[in-house]
Amino acid sequence: MTANGWFQILFYLLVILLLTKPIGVFMTRVFNREKTFLDALLRPVEKLVYRLTGVDEHREMRWTEYTIAMLLFSGVSMALLYLIERTQKWLPFNPQKLPNVEPGLAFGTAASFTTNTNWQSYVPETTMSYFTQMAGLAYHNFVSAAVGMVLAIVVIRGIARRETDKLGNFWVDTTRCLLWVLLPFCLVGSMVLVSQGVIQNFKPYATVELLEPQTVQVTNADGKSSTQRVTQQVIAQGPVASQEVIKELGTNGGGFFNANSAHPFENPTPLSNFFELVLIFAIPSGLTYTLGRVTGSERHGWAVWAAMAFLFLAAVTATYWAEAKGNPLLLGTDQRAHALQSGGNMEGKETRFGIANSVLFAAATTDASCGAVNSMHDSYTPLGGMVPLINIMLGEVVFGGVGAGLYGIFVFIVLAVFIAGLMVGRTPEYLGKKIESYDVKMAMLAVLILTFTILGFSAFAVVRPFGTAGVSNPGPHGLSQILYAYVSSAGNNGSAFAGINANTMWYNTSTGVAQLLGRFFMIIPIMAIAGNLARKKTVPESAGTFPVTGALFATLLVSTILIVGALTFFPALSLGPILEHLLMAAGKVF
Amino acid sequence: MKNNLRIAILFTLITTVLFGVIYPLTVNGLAQLLFPSKANGSLLVKDGHVIGSALLGQPFSSPGYFHSRPSYAGTGYDAAQSSGSNLGPTNHQLIERVKADVDRLHAENHGAPSPIDLVTASASGLDPEISLAAAEFQISRVARARGMSETDVRSLVSKHTLGRQLGFLGEPRVRVLELNLDLDAVHPAP
Repeated sequence: MTANGWFQILFYLLVILLLTKPIGVFMTRVFNREKTFLDALLRPVEKLVYRLTGVDEHREMRWTEYTIAMLLFSGVSMALLYLIERTQKWLPFNPQKLPNVEPGLAFGTAASFTTNTNWQSYVPETTMSYFTQMAGLAYHNFVSAAVGMVLAIVVIRGIARRETDKLGNFWVDTTRCLLWVLLPFCLVGSMVLVSQGVIQNFKPYATVELLEPQTVQVTNADGKSSTQRVTQQVIAQGPVASQEVIKELGTNGGGFFNANSAHPFENPTPLSNFFELVLIFAIPSGLTYTLGRVTGSERHGWAVWAAMAFLFLAAVTATYWAEAKGNPLLLGTDQRAHALQSGGNMEGKETRFGIANSVLFAAATTDASCGAVNSMHDSYTPLGGMVPLINIMLGEVVFGGVGAGLYGIFVFIVLAVFIAGLMVGRTPEYLGKKIESYDVKMAMLAVLILTFTILGFSAFAVVRPFGTAGVSNPGPHGLSQILYAYVSSAGNNGSAFAGINANTMWYNTSTGVAQLLGRFFMIIPIMAIAGNLARKKTVPESAGTFPVTGALFATLLVSTILIVGALTFFPALSLGPILEHLLMAAGKVF
Repeated sequence: MKNNLRIAILFTLITTVLFGVIYPLTVNGLAQLLFPSKANGSLLVKDGHVIGSALLGQPFSSPGYFHSRPSYAGTGYDAAQSSGSNLGPTNHQLIERVKADVDRLHAENHGAPSPIDLVTASASGLDPEISLAAAEFQISRVARARGMSETDVRSLVSKHTLGRQLGFLGEPRVRVLELNLDLDAVHPAP
């Protein structure tokens, strides 16, 4: 660990802190349909969308209709994505003449991008046409992010409103989110990325002669090795910047290229890396302020922010420590950090990012449900790789996915005030609303669905041959790979211990189902709580009310998250990364 | 329900046109207008031919060139198949590969231990850069192979060294392909 590394990490957190209020205020105005400086440009487009679709912008919905509209939209747009993948051969913008995507992969990918997961079991540059990438995948980066955000807004409204069953109009909220929040950020942000070297074109792949042609050993399909002369380099191209920016801002994470944000065309410089990191946390962090603002308790918003920031710093510290220490099994190498190198475990990491920026990205992308990676988590040291795994297991509530992080932490807030209520023997209250048995049951249901999906699928996969067939790293690391696949899917993260061969019928369908369960079955109970809270009366604060604004509340919230996560997942972790760490320290190789 | 289904279909189509087609085309137009070279891949051109990209590494093996990091992109530095090794930290393939590379480098460069980045595969398989330590480690070998003085080689290395961006972001590093092109220009290999 170096002073400069720590400076970069703390500087990043400071920038996020400073952005929280302005972004939170802006989003509050957008979703309250108040005036903003973009109205002159965007209001006509908004009206046009309503006219063409027949949306009545003044009509509000109950939570059930809101949820049904969301499910219908997700279903229809997922079907369109599937259709685009299956017909890309005949569609425009396909200079590489890539064939249609086969059904299992097309389903898995459609589920993956609709649920904001962006798990990818294929190599994009040899599988997806430019049209599929922009009109199918990048499109879903926009809309799945918008869906997550409007659901968080509904939760906030549920807390803030009283004695009503109306929670807003799904189509209006989604349209405003797309036009006011995501579009302007992306237009400006994509130019920032291009200025650093992120590519943006529709050209066919370029072929260049290598400066020094190489003779390489290759293993053929029949297992025999032979030598091959390599004289050329094929350079993939494409409309990358327009997708890269929403990939981060919408915490989607699906790379235009296989190497994701480690690819120099997606993330060419330390500055582009920093910018992408800021995009990942910008909206989730801003939403904590929106929560406080709309519910009339800005200090509550900041208390939630503080709990998140604490968990984030803890995760970064642990990964940084583990990765900077390096891999003791790599004898004869210099892994110390000094003036000429950043040292540490550099397998699967880029030189320009070194250890500090790799671990910062790994922590942020798994705290948020982003899943973009600028280093390969599969090659992390056991404990370094365990932290991203734990981040997702905790429900991605540390800032979290756009919207998903906020409605995820809302579940833990309900549980935390419930526990506080039990301790003092009073009916728990949250910002003036009584938290009753129905709310707590729904919150627990959301927690259990995630747990059941992750552990259920993992347990099944480790005892079936088609499950273990995907494992590429032997020993305890193999269990970590399978566990990571389902944690990432159910948590809608999308990052991977990427050595796992997941492009099989079993993994494409099972991860697809886990993603759909983890997204939509989580949402329904949370929407039910929001609908239920909105109907309630507000009770005035009294001396017996547990305050949700201070350090005590933040501590209780952090404890609740950690206890629920540890009780659920510690046994699985001890057989995977923890066991591998102990064996690595003992010098064991698999 | 029926009304919302109708809206869902129309909404999907309209937003696909707006965000799936018009938006990327707008970004494309702006990028090609404002940053044409970068938008097309920062390609390096020599004598009218494209010879690579400043942002993508290439493989090197002869002693007169600075070597890049090990790569798992296709057969090595295949810029249409980016990939890391995804080998776990206790995987015997990783340990054996690193050991073989360490032994080879030790014989080639009369120096030990090897800088870690020079024997570990990058995440993209296309890393265009190596650490300053990895460059310093190779200077004497390159100088010997080309019959140049180490001082001359070192000054070329520092010409292609990138510092931390804005003074604190990222890590200092050396661009390998451009350095090797410059070596050829200044002092052709025998």
